[in-house]
Amino acid sequence: MSAGKAQKEKAIKQKFSMQLMYKQRYLLLMSLPFVIWLIIFKYIPLWGWTMAFQEVKPKNLSKHIWERPFAGLENFTKAFSDRMFNQTLINTIGLSILGIAVGTAMAILFALMLNEIRFVKFKKVTQTISYLPHFVSWVVIASIAKMVLNDGGMLDTLSGTKLGLMSTNSPLFWLTVVLVNTWKEVGWDAIVYLSAMAGIDQGLYEAAKVDGANRLQRIWHITLPGIKPTIVVLLIMGIGGALNVGMERQMLLSNGIVQDHAMVLSWFAYVRGIGNSNYGLGTAIGMFQSLVGIILLFLANKVAGWLGESRLI
Amino acid sequence: MANTKANRIKSRDNILDYILLAVFLLLIVITVYPFVNVLAISFNDPIDTMRNINFIFPRQFTLSNYIYVFKENNLGNAFLLSVLRSVIGAGAGVICTAMLAYVLSRKDFYFNKLFTTLFVITMYVSGGLIPEYLLLMRDLKLGNNFLVYIIPGLIWVYNMILVRSFIEGLPLALQEAARVDGANDFIIWARIVLPLCQPVLATVALFYAVGQWNSFMDTYLYAKELPTLQYVLYEIMEKAQVKIDPHAAEQMKNAVSPLSIRMAVTIVATVPIIIVYPFLQKYFVGGMTVGAVKD
Repeated sequence: MSAGKAQKEKAIKQKFSMQLMYKQRYLLLMSLPFVIWLIIFKYIPLWGWTMAFQEVKPKNLSKHIWERPFAGLENFTKAFSDRMFNQTLINTIGLSILGIAVGTAMAILFALMLNEIRFVKFKKVTQTISYLPHFVSWVVIASIAKMVLNDGGMLDTLSGTKLGLMSTNSPLFWLTVVLVNTWKEVGWDAIVYLSAMAGIDQGLYEAAKVDGANRLQRIWHITLPGIKPTIVVLLIMGIGGALNVGMERQMLLSNGIVQDHAMVLSWFAYVRGIGNSNYGLGTAIGMFQSLVGIILLFLANKVAGWLGESRLI
Repeated sequence: MANTKANRIKSRDNILDYILLAVFLLLIVITVYPFVNVLAISFNDPIDTMRNINFIFPRQFTLSNYIYVFKENNLGNAFLLSVLRSVIGAGAGVICTAMLAYVLSRKDFYFNKLFTTLFVITMYVSGGLIPEYLLLMRDLKLGNNFLVYIIPGLIWVYNMILVRSFIEGLPLALQEAARVDGANDFIIWARIVLPLCQPVLATVALFYAVGQWNSFMDTYLYAKELPTLQYVLYEIMEKAQVKIDPHAAEQMKNAVSPLSIRMAVTIVATVPIIIVYPFLQKYFVGGMTVGAVKD
């Protein structure tokens, strides 16, 4: 049997034999190094979850896993009773909810507008420009954002007032972060909705036109219902990732003044785990974040099912 | 009667077109203006900039900000490191991704299912920051080693799936013909598959290169002694935080304004992205739709 034919049949049962291995020796040689790489860099760190249940500090770091003192759930109770934990959790959730709400609404609105505009050239130019910030690094974005939003920055000068977007230690800083994020990502995020809109049956629009529906009515009754499944899937994924607010963006956009409202779980895990060299505690915080994320994902999925929406899983 | 109603709807729809046009113009300004402003500040005399930072053309043109950052902040070195990691990371990434993708496109390969599953799982679960940190710094001793930029992120599974979908779309007859002529799997990959994959490999190379160029956290965590452009920019931003302290602000006035320096570095860190942007723009939409093909 030639390999070509075999490739066409989807699932072929082959018996393991040295002969087969020899025949596929090149394929093995071409893939095994990467599997070894994968195991070292992706699977060995997974084993690190065990540190959440141990006392791991620099003094016993060199010991073998089974020689380290077993800590039970001590790392978790320590994390939950940390004076910064509650505020960090609130920040993470607040930022996520605000980010999902504003980000999704803006992306849909932008996609709708792009879908509606009839000046084709202009549409292309707008879209091209709107993706650009997506490809620029967070460091650059933060540098620009600080120039624009800092006290006495561009926006303050333009508006002639002191907005304090970067210097108010309150949940206002969440809004600042969300606005900067939206500015960076809205064009990119809109792509998904645009392609969903392209998949809507054009006959529906024709029929609605005949019935005398104006453009806003067509958007409301055809376009939005048409992209509803996409919205639901993205919302479920967004809720599943609600605790995974990355530390990079938070670190770069924040400053000493707004620190209290910028701290999020992943950053907190870094501060406690690596900053204070309490690796067990840091891992426990990271593990809490992942586990809650999985639970949230399933819950959102269930709720979508109850509401009669398409599910993700 | 019906006719006038239809006309009324039509004219209202046309008004909507112009409203949209106006909104889009505004959005373009909001997106582009900050970049232009940064560019103008970077070429403007720092003392003059302090007067008012809102302008789109340098009022007093100068190159002093750029000269300063390349002299004082060792920006040349950082630039070289950023270029090196982008070029090497993209080169190594593309070769490895293409090789793995070819093997995993071969349905007759005995370990196909197993290997594919192993790779895909890592898209969803990860060990998290601290185990990775300990692995790289303590076990592998990669701290402040250039390899820490290349090896841990060598292959993105997403890119691998992209290339694999592309290979699966190629006609099999070519591979077969080569096999009949006695070519082994490696030769088939190198001589037949690789040249045909050029478009998707260009996409993937750009993804890797942009990812490498923009990467900041790995320098921050593992290699502060090998500062890249992004890291230098971060350090300048951190130093500028001192500005909040009024006494420090007094001292800084005499030196080159931190804002002007920062804007110059910001431009140096952004320009390469803007240069490759037309190519990105050309390839990534195609790349995204290939990625939509699920296995």
